Amino acid sequence: MTSLTEKLQPGKVNLPSWLSKQLNHLGKVIMPLIGIICFLFIWSLSASNIDTSLGKFPGPSAVVTQLGNLHQEHMDERSKEQAFYVRQDKRNADRVAKDPNYVAKIRSYTGKETFYQQIGTSLITVLSGFLLAAIVAIPLGIAIGLSKSLNSAINPMIQIFKPVSPLAWLPLVTMVVSAVYISDDPMFAKSFVNSMVTVTLCCLWPMVIQTSVGVASLNSDWLNVSRVLRLPAFTHVQKIVLPATVPAIFTGMRSALGIAWMVLIAAEMLAQNPGLGKFVWDEFQNGSSQSLSRIMSAVFVIGLIGFLLDRGMLVLQRTLSWDKTSASL
Amino acid sequence: MKKLWKKINKQVCQATITVTAALSISAFSVNAEELGYPEKEELKFGFIKLTDMAPIAIAYEKGFFEDEGLYVTIEAQANWKVLLDGVIDGRLDGAHMLAGQPIAATIGYGTEAEIITPFSMDLNGNGITVSNQIWEKMKVNIPKRPDGKPVHPIKADALKPVVEEYLDQGKPFNMGMVFPVSTHNYELRYWLAAGGIHPGFYAPHKGDTSGQLDADVLLSVTPPPQMPATMEAGTIYGYCVGEPWNQQAVFKGIGVPVVTDYEIWKDNPEKVFGISKQFAEKYPNTTIRLTRALIRAAKWLDENNNANRPEAVKILAQSNYVGADAEVIANSMTGTFEYEKGDKREVPDFNVFFRYNATYPYYSDAIWYLTQMRRWGQIDVDKPDSWYFDVAKKVYRPDIYQKAAQSLIADKLMSAADFPTLTTDDGFRAPQTHFIDGIVYNGKAPNEYINKFSIGLKAGDKI
Repeated sequence: MTSLTEKLQPGKVNLPSWLSKQLNHLGKVIMPLIGIICFLFIWSLSASNIDTSLGKFPGPSAVVTQLGNLHQEHMDERSKEQAFYVRQDKRNADRVAKDPNYVAKIRSYTGKETFYQQIGTSLITVLSGFLLAAIVAIPLGIAIGLSKSLNSAINPMIQIFKPVSPLAWLPLVTMVVSAVYISDDPMFAKSFVNSMVTVTLCCLWPMVIQTSVGVASLNSDWLNVSRVLRLPAFTHVQKIVLPATVPAIFTGMRSALGIAWMVLIAAEMLAQNPGLGKFVWDEFQNGSSQSLSRIMSAVFVIGLIGFLLDRGMLVLQRTLSWDKTSASL
Repeated sequence: MKKLWKKINKQVCQATITVTAALSISAFSVNAEELGYPEKEELKFGFIKLTDMAPIAIAYEKGFFEDEGLYVTIEAQANWKVLLDGVIDGRLDGAHMLAGQPIAATIGYGTEAEIITPFSMDLNGNGITVSNQIWEKMKVNIPKRPDGKPVHPIKADALKPVVEEYLDQGKPFNMGMVFPVSTHNYELRYWLAAGGIHPGFYAPHKGDTSGQLDADVLLSVTPPPQMPATMEAGTIYGYCVGEPWNQQAVFKGIGVPVVTDYEIWKDNPEKVFGISKQFAEKYPNTTIRLTRALIRAAKWLDENNNANRPEAVKILAQSNYVGADAEVIANSMTGTFEYEKGDKREVPDFNVFFRYNATYPYYSDAIWYLTQMRRWGQIDVDKPDSWYFDVAKKVYRPDIYQKAAQSLIADKLMSAADFPTLTTDDGFRAPQTHFIDGIVYNGKAPNEYINKFSIGLKAGDKI
């Protein structure tokens, strides 16, 4: 950034340090701002020139209006929800009056999910799928990293499964889940389990690979220390391997979370898990004059959440990892 | 002595009559009172984004489900296969289904499962749309009225030269329908065949389920909401689908609906409400109660000469139901249908939800679907008439419907006048005459009916 400001002002190379600092700060704010403004301009210009059978392609203002609508719908739904509980209480009271043995049960609201709830569902799904993958991948990665022979045994499978698209996994996952996951009062909806497992299958591999690479490229001095001290295997992993590979594990987790979020939207579309993927799909199916602008709003929200997830992972990495250089912003 | 005997006899007879009468009355009232609380209160129903899912949306929005003590969640499904699988594996408790789906599932065409229906959702409601390009070519073959507009109903005879032109050039003529056992498939086939165009046979015993053997027109499956986009992309030249996807084509200016199913077969049964047999057996009260709610919703939709339809349109336009623009949905729901842009005609019975006993699950409706499955080879061997009746009785359950209707009358929520033929019905509609090709359908003689068609499998035929 400094070099850019220097180039912009070729005559004044020897600026006082405070000024160049200020300019530096300004550049950090101004350049992204200029970028965004240019993007908005190009977007609204080109949007007004694209005619689809559902009307004009939504520009920035349509998206802002739609975000407002989505918020309003959420508020409307909340008031409907309250009315629902009032009616239910009355119905329960009536029934208890008739049948004193009846134990009234409060049924949760049956209305549609609002946009905010769909965001919540998506986040819960992606994080549970990701955690499940981490629980499997990190121990597996460490094991592979420690043993060369295990590595060569498992590597072909990893290489083959790694590039598989979630859309190929999903039908298999769906059939297996509906065959295996049978219960009268299931704790999780099948659509949730399907999407979650698909996410797990897709974000497992980068974590396994990164972890095993981290373990395999362990500093030989540390390994020697462990050998000299004759640490038992478990302590060796606990005291030497694990702390040393934390940066590598986090690198793997970060890229896996990115993949998980991308996969999730596709998985939710097909599995009909009531998250953002389903929102996009439903709007596409609706084909109303508002559909495109609603999908465009979702695109921005998806992007923003993906960005925040990545940043969150980075912050976590910085707090937990000893090697601060591996987690630069 | 004889006299005494007679007297005793008479008294006994009288007593029996009184007792039976008393019994039957008490049985009736017990029956009505007996309808207990639902065994399962939280239910999830699936639907496909089509206007004929209206009874489910209305039963929810108007509180009819809640009146029955049912807490229902309604969820749109991606396609008919996902929806059917949902009902089979229990993810969904019930769903808006194509009439052919429970039947096909029961006879094992596609996924085998026992699905029943206590409630028929609507009559009519579909249309056949062709792309603008095909319409221009078809138009010259259609006679005009004095005002210059085409004479209706438009028969497939007008399409035949166009199809032949394509075949001569070696180009396949593709059209879309929504599911192999959908009403739309059979209606499109019926219309094409009535105009001398062969829509192709199925041969499941040879592993051929494409339905394109010997076909002049190649039919393929596309989910309803994607029909307009698929036609716009040029993958298909026309399609048969429910509303609002025909009117959508007019609004977008990408195609022209040429015929509605009302004109192909007046008052044909369209969707049903399907539940698994296991569900109905496990939760009998819930089953009757959900049927009650749906009957009330259907009545609301048709009440006072469709007075509630504009309100229904607003509800259906919500993004969680059909979600298309209200004006598109309103076009067909409020009794009109726009063919060519600007050619809006009155079709008051385009969507019928309650009139003409629309909600009663007639065996004869099920049998019609079976005859068409046989006609196009989905059922690959001859079946005796008795087989048709047995299947129909397994799938269509007027007994549940009757219990629901009677308890509605007993609870004074509806009147006996709402169900004029409830007690006299034997489950068969009178022979139906209003088909586009003039062939009469009598549900009591399925094999005889199959033999009447010039295109299609007849008794003894096998592919």
